[in-house]
Amino acid sequence: MLSRTADHLYWMARYIERAENMARVLEVTYSMSLVPNAAQSEAALWLPALEISGNVDAYEEEYGDVNAADVIHYLAMDADNPSSIYNALRNARENARAVRVAMTSETWENINALWLEFSQFIGQDLAKSGLREFCDWVKARSHLFRGVCFGTMLRDDAFSFVRLGTFIERADNTARLLDVKYHLLLPEEEEIGGAVDYYEWSAVLRSVSAFQAYQKIFSDTIVPWRVAELLVLRRDMPRSLHACLDEISPILEQLSGARHTECRRLAGELHARLRYGKMQDIFQHGLHEFLSDFIDSNNLLGAEIQRAFLSINAS
Amino acid sequence: MQKSPKIFFDEMQLDASKLDEKQVRHIYAAYHDWLKDIPHHQLESKRQEAELLFRRVGITFNVYGEADGAERLIPFDVIPRLISGKEWSKLSAGAIQRVKALNMFLHDIYHKQEIIQAGIVPASILANSQYRPEMFGVDVPNQIYAHIAGIDLVRTSESQFYVLEDNLRTPSGVSYMLEDRKMMMRLFPELFRRYHIAQVDHYPQVLLKNLRAVAQHGIQDPTVVLLSPGAYNSAYFEHAFIAQQMGIELVEGTDLFVRNNAVYMRTTQGPQKVDVIYRRIDDDYIDPLVFNADSMLGVPGLLSVYRNGGVTLANAVGTGVADDKATYIYVPEMIKFYLGEEPLLENVPTYELSKEADLQYTLEHLHELVVKEVQGSGGYGMLVGPAATKKEIEEFRLRIVSKPANYIAQPTLALSTCPTLVEAGIAPRHVDLRPFVLSGKTVTLVPGALCRVALKEGSLVVNSSQGGGTKDTWVLEDADDETEVLQSLATLSKETKLNKNTKNSKVETVC
Repeated sequence: MLSRTADHLYWMARYIERAENMARVLEVTYSMSLVPNAAQSEAALWLPALEISGNVDAYEEEYGDVNAADVIHYLAMDADNPSSIYNALRNARENARAVRVAMTSETWENINALWLEFSQFIGQDLAKSGLREFCDWVKARSHLFRGVCFGTMLRDDAFSFVRLGTFIERADNTARLLDVKYHLLLPEEEEIGGAVDYYEWSAVLRSVSAFQAYQKIFSDTIVPWRVAELLVLRRDMPRSLHACLDEISPILEQLSGARHTECRRLAGELHARLRYGKMQDIFQHGLHEFLSDFIDSNNLLGAEIQRAFLSINAS
Repeated sequence: MQKSPKIFFDEMQLDASKLDEKQVRHIYAAYHDWLKDIPHHQLESKRQEAELLFRRVGITFNVYGEADGAERLIPFDVIPRLISGKEWSKLSAGAIQRVKALNMFLHDIYHKQEIIQAGIVPASILANSQYRPEMFGVDVPNQIYAHIAGIDLVRTSESQFYVLEDNLRTPSGVSYMLEDRKMMMRLFPELFRRYHIAQVDHYPQVLLKNLRAVAQHGIQDPTVVLLSPGAYNSAYFEHAFIAQQMGIELVEGTDLFVRNNAVYMRTTQGPQKVDVIYRRIDDDYIDPLVFNADSMLGVPGLLSVYRNGGVTLANAVGTGVADDKATYIYVPEMIKFYLGEEPLLENVPTYELSKEADLQYTLEHLHELVVKEVQGSGGYGMLVGPAATKKEIEEFRLRIVSKPANYIAQPTLALSTCPTLVEAGIAPRHVDLRPFVLSGKTVTLVPGALCRVALKEGSLVVNSSQGGGTKDTWVLEDADDETEVLQSLATLSKETKLNKNTKNSKVETVC
């Protein structure tokens, strides 16, 4: 298939996934803000949301103080924030429009309808009301997107690039979420297992739809290292890093065919780390170090995929 | 605006002053019978439903020069234009004849130029900016230049059709012919069950077959692609739509490159050779090495490969010389010269402003003529005398006087009208008709056309860039047996009446 087409499909999927993850972060932060918690200021509560999206400096330049209303607007609707939900969905639709031929008409119409529906939220003060509906809507549209791709697309390279985009983006988002939360939620002096902690960690789990899974697997109180295990190493947890690499690695094998691509090697290496890694070892070397290393490797993987298949300058 | 006092031929002959059904043209009889009992709000809600669906599917176009660059819908009218099978066979034979002659003309003008030697077409045509000297002596497969031709037809009376212009470069609009039909079948299935309406949806298959047939000799399984300027082009929807319907890659200039006298596209599995390019980019932008050097849309080196027979372009480079308004005048003569036949379709009488007498006449009658720029397209560079203000006429007069050879003039045709749903109800609006003639091994056209309608009251400009809309065109089959058609129509109207609730609000007819 055309490299440009593959590129648009890949980024379309990445942007949809990005919008979904941003909605999850917003939703969970908002839920936490409803839990009475005198110890935490509004700023301390909303700062992690900005950190996950990696845009604290840009935000402070534009808005100054960290407060709920501004962060919500910045992450959801701000046209100047390249990773706002608004921009993610707009970019997804623009990418789709550029290659509408390469997808089924159902897929295209789904994304086009998504963009048309989005206009109903523009101008709404989400911080005041409707944030939850908005986040639910974004998540539902993202589910619908994956469903329509899965249910209607031919299992060819186009489908592979859509899946690839979804899981590269998801791996990045899960790693960032865990890193920021773990970092913030483990102040040395505080005792683990307090009530606050429970809410915080259950919120993290909920943000990646893993709360029920945790209960089912461990049937025990929520403790940070198990949360980490669930989101890093469990391959049956669909948003875990391992599950993402379970998808990415075979797709790159198949796309590379007889070619020796660096992205395939890199994916294999990352995959092996998650497949054969032990949580104990990861903690010994530091979860934060492990996650930052993963985020870097995943970025590099993205760049190598771009180089091997998508860059239109490589003739 | 000055209103023309003329009485126009109406496709339905719906006369508001005499609500006499005998006035209705027989092919519309049953349709009219069905329509007159449908309340306005019901048609209006069908129209809105169509708009919603079109927007969801993304059947939109971009308007050049609009600040917000927003995507817009081409207005769609829910009342179809009907053409009898008999009328259609005359029109299609005429259009095919015309395209055959035009292709022969193009081959001739880039080879022996016999028509110039015979004194039929003046040698000055070689100085036309649409004449491409780069194409001189170049042989194209099957000697076909205009693989896709859109012939614009207008009607002025029951029996009189005229060819308004030939579109031989990158004619557009066929997606509306196909999508409007799909929409009508969705909105009014009951009409399709009873009418024998000729199918049009095989158009992409016919086109693909033709495109494969014009690959260079010896290529077994040619790779065909559609070259588009990209998502920001006004006709992008159509490019995407047709490529998808044909199952071919939709490429942009940056996807293609030239190597060793061949064109390749960049794919995820490496370069892949391309044999036929259905291009929707104008000559000027197709190869920055030869034509417009600033073009970001084209493929550097493409023309050289093309001239050496390494790839086929559809339409060929240089077809613009044949559809220019300055050449139009000679088409009836071309038909006689190349085919030895009498033209089946007439040209509109045309004044050439390069001739002193024609110029004088035109300048004295600007208020009643249509003046068009040669080498212009899209309805931007024209004056519709009867609809223009004094100021507009005087401004145009200055433009003509400074460069008379850039213009032609034609009498304002009494373009036929077709009942159209407007805000106030159903009213006559002027229409034209663009069937698409396809040339490959044979020359054919599917029984249907793009019907454009000028939505502004009294306006004769149907271009979508100037606020025109579209209608579905129904070519009725079984026209030889008119009684059968009439019977089936009569049954339909009877059944429809029975099924309908009594309604008080009737469609208002606006005159």
